[in-house]
Amino acid sequence: MNQTPNQNPAADQPAAQPRYSLGIDLGTTHCALSWVDTEASDGEKVVQGVLPIPQLTGPGSVEDKPLLPSFLYLPHESELAPGDLGLPWAAGQAYAVGEFARTRGAATPIRLVASAKSWLCHPGVDRRGTILPAEAPAEVERVSPLEASVRYLSHLKAAWNQAHPEAPFEQQQVTVTIPASFDPVARELTAEAAQAAGFQPLTLLEEPQAALYSWIQQSAGGWRQSVRRGDLILVVDVGGGTTDLSLIAVLERDGELELHRVAVGEHILLGGDNMDLALAYGVTAKLAQQGSRLDAWQTRALAHACRGAKEALLNDATLESVPVVVPSRGSKLIGGSIRTEVTRAELSKLLLEGFFPPAQASDQPVSRARAGLTQLGLPYAQDAAVTRHLAAFLSRQLGATESLEGFGVPQPAAATFLHPTAVLFNGGVLKSGLIAERLLETLNGWLVADGAPPARLLPGADLDLAVARGAAYYGYVRRGRGVRIRGGTAQSYYVGVESSMPAIPGFEPPLQALCLAPFGMEEGTEAPLPEQQFGLVVGEPVRFRFFGSSVRRQDPVGALLDFWSPDELQELQEIEVSLPAEGRAAGEVVAVRLQARVTETGTIELEALPVGGHERWKVELDVRAEALAQVPA
Amino acid sequence: MSTHSPNLLSRLSLALASFFSILSRPGFAADVERLRREGWPAPAAPVAAAPVVAPVAPVSPVAPVAPVAAPPAPVPQPQLAPETAALQLLGLLQREARFIDFVQEDVQAYGDAEIGAAARVVHEGCRKVLREHFTFEPVRAEAEGSRLTLQPGFDAAAVRVTGHVVGQPPFTGTLGHRGWRATETHLPKLGQGHDASVLAQAEVEL
Repeated sequence: MNQTPNQNPAADQPAAQPRYSLGIDLGTTHCALSWVDTEASDGEKVVQGVLPIPQLTGPGSVEDKPLLPSFLYLPHESELAPGDLGLPWAAGQAYAVGEFARTRGAATPIRLVASAKSWLCHPGVDRRGTILPAEAPAEVERVSPLEASVRYLSHLKAAWNQAHPEAPFEQQQVTVTIPASFDPVARELTAEAAQAAGFQPLTLLEEPQAALYSWIQQSAGGWRQSVRRGDLILVVDVGGGTTDLSLIAVLERDGELELHRVAVGEHILLGGDNMDLALAYGVTAKLAQQGSRLDAWQTRALAHACRGAKEALLNDATLESVPVVVPSRGSKLIGGSIRTEVTRAELSKLLLEGFFPPAQASDQPVSRARAGLTQLGLPYAQDAAVTRHLAAFLSRQLGATESLEGFGVPQPAAATFLHPTAVLFNGGVLKSGLIAERLLETLNGWLVADGAPPARLLPGADLDLAVARGAAYYGYVRRGRGVRIRGGTAQSYYVGVESSMPAIPGFEPPLQALCLAPFGMEEGTEAPLPEQQFGLVVGEPVRFRFFGSSVRRQDPVGALLDFWSPDELQELQEIEVSLPAEGRAAGEVVAVRLQARVTETGTIELEALPVGGHERWKVELDVRAEALAQVPA
Repeated sequence: MSTHSPNLLSRLSLALASFFSILSRPGFAADVERLRREGWPAPAAPVAAAPVVAPVAPVSPVAPVAPVAAPPAPVPQPQLAPETAALQLLGLLQREARFIDFVQEDVQAYGDAEIGAAARVVHEGCRKVLREHFTFEPVRAEAEGSRLTLQPGFDAAAVRVTGHVVGQPPFTGTLGHRGWRATETHLPKLGQGHDASVLAQAEVEL
């Protein structure tokens, strides 16, 4: 993983560029794979497609679907007939991935792994530990969030290899997307999962950027007419499980338009699934009032029916209500079905007012006791209001474009939040015209109140597949055949340093933060070596507190912060260094300096360099959670 | 093959089985197409009579599906018994639409509202099965009710002429129904040894 050049085909065939650029959307609820045939593409004329993914849809039945639901089902050994889990490329597989896993698992949740991606970025758990399904009884053999991701990615790889035996997956250029808000550990784990699934070489790309790439590609060159220097594009991506925000500025340098990702939002675990669930709960409560009690099976059937009703109501503003029927579980369909309806008023109350309420630009997400939406273990967003999360993001990023060279449009002095001039929507939830309209209306209300012109909506593409398509296109433009979004890392990173001052009883020694990686480090670059030294004891692992900031753009490497507001620096998981005892006496103290770099893949690595030596020791970003709890505060 | 004439019931079951085989097996479809185009090797006469017979066969509108648009890469597939595709389709209709439950139930005892509520489940599910597993197009592009002329040698399997059928084509008449043609089918591939006759599993909650 050393400084590898951009395109690094297998060493034994140095001349051959991979024919396909593959883009993989590894989503919380769905995965997709798109490809660009680079040999058939020329400049902005791109030959692109989406791979139909064969997957189990029932016992022993395999079908092609454009999306692979990100679910893993671990069946009981006697649950299925022999061969019922067989795939064209794996006859004897003992688990199911995809559509069948989802439907089967809905009825037996103790054997279903869902939302593995959210677990992968959950700092409170051991992400390499076998912890999923979280509610499984002891006899179910659990898997780690990492392993679940490996299985989805392996499935995609096998599906590709089956469809394209002439162009083996291992020899193509692969881009995997991640939420922009993923922390360094989640990025590293995603890369690790991809490598374990045999993806080599590999690049990570932020999902909102992928959505914008897809928009650029669909415009076939027309994007240069749609945006101009000084535009600030807000990408709002509300997927099945997460909401991801990014700001991308349009600059001009040497007469060419450039795109620069200037800010990303916090990780918000809030998505379409929460909304479907909320609607189903609302309708269940209504049925209970009418005297119909639903069992667990019927509740699931209702959730399914509600999703259909939601889509109908959201897509057709003239409908006032949509009938919903909960079929009976037994074979008597007519006698046992329960009929109700979802009205527009209910939809507005539960979805629009619940998740997209009118908000002020100065609003902050509220923390309060949660009800209904939580699932054991995952840190779901406490405030379900996407609008308030958006307001907080824009206020926090007010200074994001201040020192951006070539942007040329300073924010007005009186601005209370950063003013986007254009909006790009992505994710299944925003396919709904009503929700997209509400979000745009709210944003434009803030802009008008601040004396700014309203933002315009960039016409979106296929919101389900844009991320995969954009990722495949990104692999193509990385070869220099189109515009690239610059930006580098979306945070600056700091290590905690306890200042050496006399201990005062009752007070913690004051903590300083040493900047290791500045904001916006590009892939394949190395930060300079800071002067600050740390004493490490040979043979003993040493932990440091680790911080990230999405707003401190000016700190150079080596900057030592004495004070910061809680808003500015977020504490991340601790990091750990251990110096092996080779050639040294255990217990010896060695002075080291810490250096950061961003790999070609897009992950962040920290290394400890002994002063005056040539060795480099990897600093572990992913410190085991249970061990973490034992660290004295 | 032409030594004895099967009775109506066997012909019907043969027609249905052929229908599904044509849909699910491009190779079989190509053979049928060749058969229809070139006729049986020995006696030519029965083939000439075919156009007269074809219109009464209930499956005629979709019969000439044979040249499935672009045959997908021929994946070696285990040969399925002809009725497997029919069972598969029934299984899909039951899974998505509760089709068998609905049709097997006695509707006499229920009011229209109850039947209507259940019909929504069936209708929505059937639509989903059709949408996901078949691609249709009308046999004739003209609007229903418009006048059209059938040239000599028209495809008698795809167009059924009724009423005053005399003389020689060209025939001019009114389009009563546009017909449907399946242009693509995507039935799930079945695992080896999978018992397709289980259309819906019994469910036992533990």
